[in-house]
Amino acid sequence: MTENEPLHFHYDVDGNNFTSAGEASVQVKRMLRQMGFHPDLIRRISVAMYEGEINMVIHAKGGDADVYVTPECITVVLKDVGPGIKDVNLAMQEGYSTAPDNIRSLGFGAGMGLPNMKRYSDELKIDSVVGVGTTIEMKFLPA
Amino acid sequence: MTVSELIERTGCTPLLLSEGDREVTGGYAGDLLSWVMGRAQSGDCWVTIMSNVNVAAVGQLTDCACIVFSEGVHPDEPVINAAKLHGLNLLLSDKSTFEICAEVGALLK
Repeated sequence: MTENEPLHFHYDVDGNNFTSAGEASVQVKRMLRQMGFHPDLIRRISVAMYEGEINMVIHAKGGDADVYVTPECITVVLKDVGPGIKDVNLAMQEGYSTAPDNIRSLGFGAGMGLPNMKRYSDELKIDSVVGVGTTIEMKFLPA
Repeated sequence: MTVSELIERTGCTPLLLSEGDREVTGGYAGDLLSWVMGRAQSGDCWVTIMSNVNVAAVGQLTDCACIVFSEGVHPDEPVINAAKLHGLNLLLSDKSTFEICAEVGALLK
């Protein structure tokens, strides 16, 4: 692996199946473990990515997840064509959620998704346009 | 303390024991999955009453040593299937979340 040629993995996040959300994160976790990355880094990446997957399923009927891996940086890009985030600053606050009640009864929708993604990534970039969609890019740097 | 020892000492019922020798190094209680993901640590005994399939994913992603379903909660079948796939330990208890946590906390001291 060199910095110029990251390994690329693509996953379709199925928006109709809430219960299968997390499959991409679990696969990424397994793959990174095989590559020998540190368990703490793998945990940060897989949890942040899972939150992103859940968000895409709850709010955007799914989307695309792309993971780029070099020894120096792991980048996770989550792209959806959902409703977009009206107020990103508000959405970043712990406890703020627009998730419906049925999602809350499943243990999500606590308003921790984006805060967790920020907490666990080294860099979080949110590009969201209402009515167009949201792209989230997270970078993770090995210690 | 291993998961098998925890079962023995707390009287939890093993529902799925994929790795009984797994060391329990801490504990966490919670049902809001994002909250759990943000705070539970690898090696924790996670006590919850949430029983849907996402629990297995969260258990796997946080790398907890075991999941204890407290208060007599029995997880849905998909949780068990997913847990088998990921090699998780699932335990059952009729005790309250508080009681189980107090017991596990005492054993970890």
